[in-house]
Amino acid sequence: MIRPVTMPKWGLSMERGRITAWLAADGDEVVTGDDLAEIDTDKIAGTLESPGSGVLRCVVAAAGEDVPVGGTIALLADPETPAEELDEAARQARQEIDAGAIAGDEGPVTGTVEVDGRSLAYATLGTEGDVVVLVHGYGGDKNSWLFVQEPLAEHRIVHALDLPGHGESTKDVGDGSLGTLADAVLGFLDALGVERAHLVGHSLGGAVVVAAAAKAPHRVEKLTLLAPAGFGGPVNARYLRGFATATSRRELKPHLAALFADPDLVTRRLADDLLRYKRLDGVDRVLTTLLGTLLDGDAQAIDAARLLSTVDVPVTFVWGREDAVLPPGTTRPDVEHVDGAGHLVHLEAPGAVVAAITR
Amino acid sequence: MARTISYREAINEALAQEMARDESVIVMGEDNAGGAGSPGEDDAWGGVLGVTKGLFHKFPGRVLDTPISESAFVGAAIGAATRGQRPVAELMFIDFMGVCFDQIFNQAVKFRYMFGGNARTPVVIRTMYGAGLRAAAQHSQCLYPIFTHIPGLKVVVPSNPYEAKGLLIQSIRDDDPVIFCEHKALYDTSGEVPEDSYTIPFGEANVVRDGDDVTIVAIGRMVAMAEGAANDLAASGIEAEVIDPRTTSPLDTETILESVEKTGRLVVVDEASPRCNLATDISALVAKEAFGSLRAPIEMVTPPHTPVPFSDALEDLYIPDAQKVLNAAKAVVEYRR
Repeated sequence: MIRPVTMPKWGLSMERGRITAWLAADGDEVVTGDDLAEIDTDKIAGTLESPGSGVLRCVVAAAGEDVPVGGTIALLADPETPAEELDEAARQARQEIDAGAIAGDEGPVTGTVEVDGRSLAYATLGTEGDVVVLVHGYGGDKNSWLFVQEPLAEHRIVHALDLPGHGESTKDVGDGSLGTLADAVLGFLDALGVERAHLVGHSLGGAVVVAAAAKAPHRVEKLTLLAPAGFGGPVNARYLRGFATATSRRELKPHLAALFADPDLVTRRLADDLLRYKRLDGVDRVLTTLLGTLLDGDAQAIDAARLLSTVDVPVTFVWGREDAVLPPGTTRPDVEHVDGAGHLVHLEAPGAVVAAITR
Repeated sequence: MARTISYREAINEALAQEMARDESVIVMGEDNAGGAGSPGEDDAWGGVLGVTKGLFHKFPGRVLDTPISESAFVGAAIGAATRGQRPVAELMFIDFMGVCFDQIFNQAVKFRYMFGGNARTPVVIRTMYGAGLRAAAQHSQCLYPIFTHIPGLKVVVPSNPYEAKGLLIQSIRDDDPVIFCEHKALYDTSGEVPEDSYTIPFGEANVVRDGDDVTIVAIGRMVAMAEGAANDLAASGIEAEVIDPRTTSPLDTETILESVEKTGRLVVVDEASPRCNLATDISALVAKEAFGSLRAPIEMVTPPHTPVPFSDALEDLYIPDAQKVLNAAKAVVEYRR
């Protein structure tokens, strides 16, 4: 069997990507999640992980090539797959890339719903299967799931939500309480007519989905919590305040190093995108209000562990071992620690996060 | 939601959102309201290139048509600003600014200073500049260097729709006189712009592209030329850092100097006439503050020191293009003592 490796769609506006380097070579045996290639787009540079296991039998697009989203850039196959079959598949893939457009690349569907007088924006990938809702953290947005939404959507309907005050949602969080944000998530499910969903939350979003489950346990199939707020342990208050108050790239960039294990991931583009968000009217107040939700002095103000103890749903915890924003605090036995990943574990180790969500 | 809109639409949206937010914001200028002689015509012109179209009906009484007398209505806008309004005056072509220099240079800009910081003059003068529309010598100049020369005046030169919206909102909220320079050849260019209101602070350059080999600083419409050249340069292994200062006053000298300290090479692209323009200003800055980092003489890509020609062919030759930027960048990278 031949399994194509395609140019991923990282974010709503991505149309093409450039392969800057191949990390695996023809003939290498790879397993799901192995690093295959470095890819650069208008917005972000990232590492493409292998979508399956097998032998990398044919690299279709060379390093330096610019390939449309969905284009086949390499072929994975068993060692027994005949060479003629691979040659034919490679020829077709080449033709498609050279034609410049890939049929059937739909990309995420975006939309907005009204919840409690606020407009909430979301992006959906996948057309059938269980419903998964991805809820970002403080200052994040639906695009932060760019590396995991596509692989998850292969057999699921995956909604990435912009919380109130974030992304393209209304820049108002009311009192900014966990309850208000949890109501937004539940209201989102209502608006889309979703009865039950698997909720995935990162950081503040982790505490939000726990609060949603506490309010309406029957709506929650499962919880996956990525470096969630509110489970004890210290919090990097300096980072949170620095992020909230920075007004220029010069001020912001040093704080962003706290988000990753690999400091090279703090690019100018990342800082620029965050600044663009921070400069929207109303965001200043949103971030200040939520700072009050997150922090009590220099300690965590949220107690999500207590909320979770009232709920009987399956839970998975994932934590980057090098998290410098919310270092793993809980001693629960069900925490999966990911080596070489920081706070944004779903950006640094998307394969491990996808595996945890789908387990 | 970020959608793709034109430079013209981005400016119109900034005006509409600020007028809705703050009722002291008014718009005035030639043909800004009705045009064709009557206020309230359904088919309002919205200024000579349609930038303020639609605002007259949305904000009754707050979009004013003025006589063809720049000195009168710019003076009126400045006077209104001193009395608590936030006027946005449209002075059709920057070439016409000469007749209202006294109001701008000697009055508006000096009030805060002369009254010991007690006067505020929150006026924005929007104006079109630049060649490329076959509009000849009296309607094609890039006079922003003249305004940059005046202490106390803020000068904004947005290079794309995102920049135009955020910088115009910042200009309207600013308490000092601002000259907002729109390149007429950019009106129909488009780009992603958030629906929400947002601001971009003055004096913060945008690093459009990262690179280690040569720094290209470009102003206004020239930013796109520099980007085009940078992409071509990358194909031959030269990585150019492209910097858009966004505002020529205040100027973000730090970002420019830091970049030149890294690359050791500078090209400045400026559509204004070559004497005493932004290219000479930035070159002087770098020559003084980063001389030790320079590995090649600075290159300036500008038009020749002539009026903008009316002949199509000559006008095309006059305007700096991506090829000229590319040649200049190659020259500094290949320079050997």
